[in-house]
Amino acid sequence: MLLERLYRSLYLIRRVEEEVARVYSSDVILSPIHLSIGQEAISVAVCQALAADDVVFGSYRSHALYLAKGGDLRGMLAELYGKATGVAKGKAGSMHLLDTSVHMMGSSAVVGTTIPHAVGYALALAMRGEPRVVVSFFGEGAVEEGVFAESLNYAALKRLPVLFVCENNGYAIHTPQQARQALPDVCAKAESLGVAAECFAELDAERLYHRTSEVVAELRSGARGPVLFECHCYRWREHVGPAEDFAIGYRPRSEAEPWLAGDSLACLARKLDPTQRDAIEQQVERQIADAFRYAQDSPWPGAEELYTDLFA
Amino acid sequence: MERTLTFSEALHEATAQEMRRDPRVFVLGQGIDDFKGFYGTTKGLVEEFGRDRILDTPLAEDGMTGVAIGAAMAGMRPIQTHIRMDFMLLAMNQIVNIAAKARYMYGGQVSVPLVVRGVIGRSWGQGAQHSQGLHAFFMHVPGLRVVAPTTPYDGKGLLLQSIRSDDPVIFIEHRMVHFQRGHVPEGDYTVPFGQARVLAPGRDVTLVGVSHAVVECMRARASLVEVGIEAEVIDPVSLSPMDFDTLAASVRRTGHLVVVDSSWAFCGASAEIVAGIAERLGTTNGFRFVRMGFAPTVCPTTKPLERLFYPDAADIAEQACRLLRGAASDWRPARIEAPEILEFRGPF
Ligand SMILES: Cc1ncc(C[n+]2csc(CCOP(=O)(O)OP(=O)(O)O)c2C)c(N)n1
Repeated sequence: MLLERLYRSLYLIRRVEEEVARVYSSDVILSPIHLSIGQEAISVAVCQALAADDVVFGSYRSHALYLAKGGDLRGMLAELYGKATGVAKGKAGSMHLLDTSVHMMGSSAVVGTTIPHAVGYALALAMRGEPRVVVSFFGEGAVEEGVFAESLNYAALKRLPVLFVCENNGYAIHTPQQARQALPDVCAKAESLGVAAECFAELDAERLYHRTSEVVAELRSGARGPVLFECHCYRWREHVGPAEDFAIGYRPRSEAEPWLAGDSLACLARKLDPTQRDAIEQQVERQIADAFRYAQDSPWPGAEELYTDLFA
Repeated sequence: MERTLTFSEALHEATAQEMRRDPRVFVLGQGIDDFKGFYGTTKGLVEEFGRDRILDTPLAEDGMTGVAIGAAMAGMRPIQTHIRMDFMLLAMNQIVNIAAKARYMYGGQVSVPLVVRGVIGRSWGQGAQHSQGLHAFFMHVPGLRVVAPTTPYDGKGLLLQSIRSDDPVIFIEHRMVHFQRGHVPEGDYTVPFGQARVLAPGRDVTLVGVSHAVVECMRARASLVEVGIEAEVIDPVSLSPMDFDTLAASVRRTGHLVVVDSSWAFCGASAEIVAGIAERLGTTNGFRFVRMGFAPTVCPTTKPLERLFYPDAADIAEQACRLLRGAASDWRPARIEAPEILEFRGPF
């Protein structure tokens, strides 16, 4: 059942990131982390509408995307801890998650840099006639980078099966979108490049799921060129790190209130039967406890790993 | 009493003083006006100089570098900032093809008095894309000045020098250098390009460190005293032009050279330093040398591998000792802690 699937995925992601935030101060994760808390429903809804072999690309803020795409929780946490059992043997950390087994094909610490990779992957699928779809996730800051325009232009030109998902949380680090963009309308920018665009002003997981399913079906059939979704959302925590940062003053807490009140997790929870919900939560909590223990107990990579995988 | 500042305070002072003195100077960069103030170096400047001179920019490294170049051609003196040096790669075309070449290829009709500040983001698991020292890329290109000061004194004096220069300057700051504290005069002074600084004298071996590596060389020097080795430590400060004369004179006396870069050795600044000294000393006056730098691999995020990736003060001291006493030397100094690395806490 859809509601259950959405809730399970969203609950897992929210709780994992809350736990990551909780353990962070004890220095078990010696690396920057960018949390998605508050905006996870976008990844969850979109990925639930994808087939297992559809492909996703993300940014450094990709814990939610990775887990939503069916990523391995143990492997991700071990990666954050820098352990040998991590999805990239500890070499990637939080910012560069990639896992071919779930067709998450990359994330980068350099803003916007994976957008053309999604286009290129889609080009390859089109060349080979494979009916798979590629989704590129990025923030509204990435839209300012030249590579955004270059990539969308090419995707439109070639009518490639790409869904661009802009998670617009209104800020790039501490700078609001209006201070960076004369036209703070990502859909209009995409349309000017020949990419059809749709705006989602609220974070409604079910609605986003249904619309994604429709668009993905069309993309898969080759019936249309690329599409962009601009999904408005809000980042509840600081840009990098585990804390809330309203006290610092670059954004008022009042701005967050409507988003906190409309929390997608709570919205889905209200729709579920309480016993069913409890069962999901208990299962997920056990899974999370196990994964953190696994990350904690896993060995560090050996010194010889410093040079492995440098070349094929 | 001696007045001391941290390196980042010294850059702040230089910027504010020069903006007061010269209305053509302005700063542009992502988040430059936020509460963190670019590692404290631009804190409060927006209050004093307003948003017309402290410009927060979109995420558009390539375009904004071109904008800065255009403003510089129009007679302004922009200072552009990058919180990670890695992001300067997105602006390579503007820096290398335009900024470096404009004056020459237009027959001296224009100049590009632009300063580009790039921070090397080491520490706390910065990983592959947030830790690179890319100075050698820029040193390769004629028409660019490349500096990497480490003392607060040089930081202030060279930033003033860079802003006043009519040529484009790549100004490299290591995140761990920001915490260095030292004497900084209050007044106006400049440090010239192309002048190395002898940080400590010694007769046995010359230690040359680029950027943060020179801080580690100073620590290595202190521990080498234990085994009776006196090291001379030199900070090139300016990487292009490079003060080979000071470096060569030192090596002529010591006969031994350890070059430690805050980057990879292969095709890097250390290769150039060794070659430049060899050219000056000639083949008759053979000297022995060793190069050190990042491990020749991609920077891993995980702590144990990150520790192996970066040479530390103990590694430097050990290498210097082997260079003098031969490979059989089994002296290994006790771990020499770098407080700025030890105390650094994330998330940033
Ligand atoms: C090319 C590049 N420039 C600058 C940065 C520094 N930086 C890291 S995250 C970020 C903000 C990005 O904002 P947005 O794309 O909206 O994503 P969000 O963090 O809000 O998810 C910036 C400027 C970077 N990582 N890469």
